[in-house]
Amino acid sequence: MHPAFSVIFFTVASGAGFGLFSLLFIADTFKLGGGFSREQLIIGGLIAMALIVFGLLSSTFHLANPKNAWRAFNRFRTSWLSREGVFAVVFMPLALAYLLCIWFDAPLWLRELTGLLSAALAWITVFSTGMIYACLKTIRQWNSPLVPANYLALGYASGSLLLLLGAVVSGLETLPYIAMAALILSIAAVLKAIYYFWISSPGLGPTINTATGLTRAKVKLLDTGHTHGTFLTQEFGFQLARQKAGLLKVVVFVLGFALPGLMLVWVFNQQGGQGAAIVAVVTGVIGAAVERWLFFAEARHVVNLYHGAQRC
Amino acid sequence: MKLGLVIDLDVCVGCHACAIACKEWNASGTTGPLSDYQPYGAEPSGVWFNRIRHYEMDEYPNNKTVNFPMSCNHCEDAACVTVCPTGASYKRAEDGIVLVDQDKCMGCNYCSWACPYGARELDRSSGTMKKCTLCVDRIYDLDLPVEERQPSCVLTCPAHARMFGDFDDPDSAVSRVVRERSGYGLMPELNYNPTNQYLPPRSTPVIPIDAKPKGGLKESIKQFANKLVRR
Repeated sequence: MHPAFSVIFFTVASGAGFGLFSLLFIADTFKLGGGFSREQLIIGGLIAMALIVFGLLSSTFHLANPKNAWRAFNRFRTSWLSREGVFAVVFMPLALAYLLCIWFDAPLWLRELTGLLSAALAWITVFSTGMIYACLKTIRQWNSPLVPANYLALGYASGSLLLLLGAVVSGLETLPYIAMAALILSIAAVLKAIYYFWISSPGLGPTINTATGLTRAKVKLLDTGHTHGTFLTQEFGFQLARQKAGLLKVVVFVLGFALPGLMLVWVFNQQGGQGAAIVAVVTGVIGAAVERWLFFAEARHVVNLYHGAQRC
Repeated sequence: MKLGLVIDLDVCVGCHACAIACKEWNASGTTGPLSDYQPYGAEPSGVWFNRIRHYEMDEYPNNKTVNFPMSCNHCEDAACVTVCPTGASYKRAEDGIVLVDQDKCMGCNYCSWACPYGARELDRSSGTMKKCTLCVDRIYDLDLPVEERQPSCVLTCPAHARMFGDFDDPDSAVSRVVRERSGYGLMPELNYNPTNQYLPPRSTPVIPIDAKPKGGLKESIKQFANKLVRR
């Protein structure tokens, strides 16, 4: 699949935003590390919402006809893309209500209720983002429950690193935040490793034989019938050398998980905590972006069988 | 009704006439124009509803070239319609034709991701998704003579490799020929239940390729004369 920059930015930014918001709610509920002050909570919440809004806006850049983007809320009952849009929009007023509850010192039950609802919606929205890809039977590398799991894990991992930075900047006791980030990062790393392991074997997918129905003998493509590329080759023809993919997977694990993990140790040892937390966030987000690029680049659509691939 | 096409892989000669006729009709049809990019340039490309690919089955000397026209299969379980967030893609209840409402499409490409057959192509100049309409603006046109109320590709095919009809009617020509010739749909394992059916190439005896046995004195004189005469 052709990796579209706007979609990569959208999924990474909004994933981090939703992750940050839900973890902020947890940090507020349990007053982790002494608890953020009112202003700090508001600022953190607004940063999370800004990430989500910028992500959503950027996602409209990959549309060829953005003037009809408002219609995307129409097919909530069947389309995961529609569901994601609806959930993201419903999340906004709830998240705002939670922040208002914090600001105006609303009764605890109302504050907790709006917080819990917005955290749940954040979870559902990121799950929907993953399901946009996971529901496609045409792409073996995507059609897996590991995809929404990965989207959630990576979103929360980025969010936990952002929250840790917030805790360091606000001068809170960092230990609970380090523990939280370490736990989420290791879960995300393990899930990603399982995913890469899972997609490495071809499994029982369509082949050029079932695609043409000529199943009694070997089939090979003689001619695609067009002199230059078509929409199909441009959108689905993207190919990544196996060696380069392997190298990028190392980059994902080093930048996305190992370096932030190392920085957690740094923060724990109080050696330049703020700088280390910033490095953790930056490398974590770059790692997530590389992961997302690879997620698209490695996906092989079955239409490639009609362009000569023996299997996808 | 369940309208669709039957494509006879045994007789298709791979002339691309169906694709040309399709482009000609649909460029000015309900979903037209079908934009071309650099049609006379170094990298010609554009929107087509019908594409013909050419495959080779088996290995020499048992090989066989199979010409393979493909357009929208108007699937019974059309995932392209399910995933469409705007409701622009729809499947008509009355005849099963899958269409894209050009006024609603936002050009997100999601339906083309869901389609395993590559039937959908984005028109970069209008920013909307376009696809085979089964010539919905032809087959119901009462101004046309009855025999011309068929998709453009079917009418034009010089080898009669394409047929159009109603698969819901077990006695229609398409249903009958699919039964008799063991027609099949593509990629059945994805469970999209494509309506269009393909008739497999018939098994024909292998043409002998060994050198012909010598034909005696008369044949040798003939061959000698053939060498002498300049054509």
